[in-house]
Amino acid sequence: MTAIPEITRVQELIYELKIEQVMSRPVITVTPDTRIDQLKEILRINRISGVPVVQDNQLVGIISIEDLIKALERGEMQATVGEKMSRQVITVSAHDSVVEAVKRFEEHGVGRLPVLDSNGQLVGILTSGDITRGLLHAIGLGYHQEEIRRYRASHIFEDISSDRTSLILCYHIPARELQKAGEASSKIKKALYRLGAQPGFARRVAIAAYEAEMNLIIHTLHGGDLIAEIHPDKVRLLAMDDGPGIPDIEQAMQPGFSTAPDWIRDLGFGAGMGLLNIKRCSDQMMLDSQVGVGTRLEVLFYLKEENVLGDRAPSTS
Amino acid sequence: MKIREITGLPDITTLVPPQTPDQEISGGYASDLLSCVMARAGAGNIWVTLQTHPNVVAVASLLDLAGVIITECADIAKIDAATIEKARTENVALFATPLTTFTIVARLARAGVPGIDEG
Repeated sequence: MTAIPEITRVQELIYELKIEQVMSRPVITVTPDTRIDQLKEILRINRISGVPVVQDNQLVGIISIEDLIKALERGEMQATVGEKMSRQVITVSAHDSVVEAVKRFEEHGVGRLPVLDSNGQLVGILTSGDITRGLLHAIGLGYHQEEIRRYRASHIFEDISSDRTSLILCYHIPARELQKAGEASSKIKKALYRLGAQPGFARRVAIAAYEAEMNLIIHTLHGGDLIAEIHPDKVRLLAMDDGPGIPDIEQAMQPGFSTAPDWIRDLGFGAGMGLLNIKRCSDQMMLDSQVGVGTRLEVLFYLKEENVLGDRAPSTS
Repeated sequence: MKIREITGLPDITTLVPPQTPDQEISGGYASDLLSCVMARAGAGNIWVTLQTHPNVVAVASLLDLAGVIITECADIAKIDAATIEKARTENVALFATPLTTFTIVARLARAGVPGIDEG
């Protein structure tokens, strides 16, 4: 696997991480009646540079160390927070992605952003330090790499505008190259997973692709082509070769029937289950063959409506 | 039984350690015919076989198996290096033992791993 440069991963994470995943809580707050000298102690003891001001469970303002310094300069230590606070509070929503917070920090130059839930309740607070810590933590977790790849690829059906978008993957399968057996089907499976397919669906297609790939390797004269057509609502696999052709398709479909040579059987192949496995995994299978001409196998897999590719938010678990 | 418990079983050598050691093994399957494995084995199963070529890893990867135990392997050096390398890149847990398939299956069964046709 090629390495993604760290900076790209950070950019992706900024879009992928939600504010609620990186914010701090519980939130330290003050009320409008809190005195400035009390505020000084709260800021000092907690080592913070600002607090939201809350009254009757509602966010009414925000007060920062700057406001405190101005009050100190004027000797107004007995003034209340309510008199000195800023009533214009820039906030963010817990369900937004971190990129929203980054934009707000840039636009308004504030030091902290109170975080509200969908009911407007204060649920956390976010500083740029929290964002940095959250990103470092996420980068440190290896499994995110695959999640990001999945996130990026799964949007291809949404980000590219057309009446219908599909992706075609072609693999040439050389005859008798057993060392490479399974590579193409493995790539197809990874592609489907990254495009947002459920693991069970990707596995079904992978099993059929593998059997088709093995048949091309074991039974053809010159190898063949394995093609995966990926549409948002279905996947079509095509395996085509130019010989030798199957004399009796019905016989070929019988379990245990195999024309595999002995040396192949010694390696555990040629059990005669390949075509049956393909039929079992798929929604539709069409096999055409003519001796001396070649074979064409077409396999269809339908995606249930709720699992249509590209139609899902990235998983963040 | 968790995948990591296989590394603790006697007479078993870990060639490629599991990426998800705390995953529960969903069942066991023993066969040396790859198409049968493709047809029957399910995600999270442990596969016991005496086949040693890289395709074993390809099958294990495609089916999301818990891992593969290669049996009748008195000399680990005889296992195709390409198989071990592929297991590393595909993140497939790979084990080897000099014991026979029957013996290993019996041990796994006693440790509580069910067959795919059992509960």
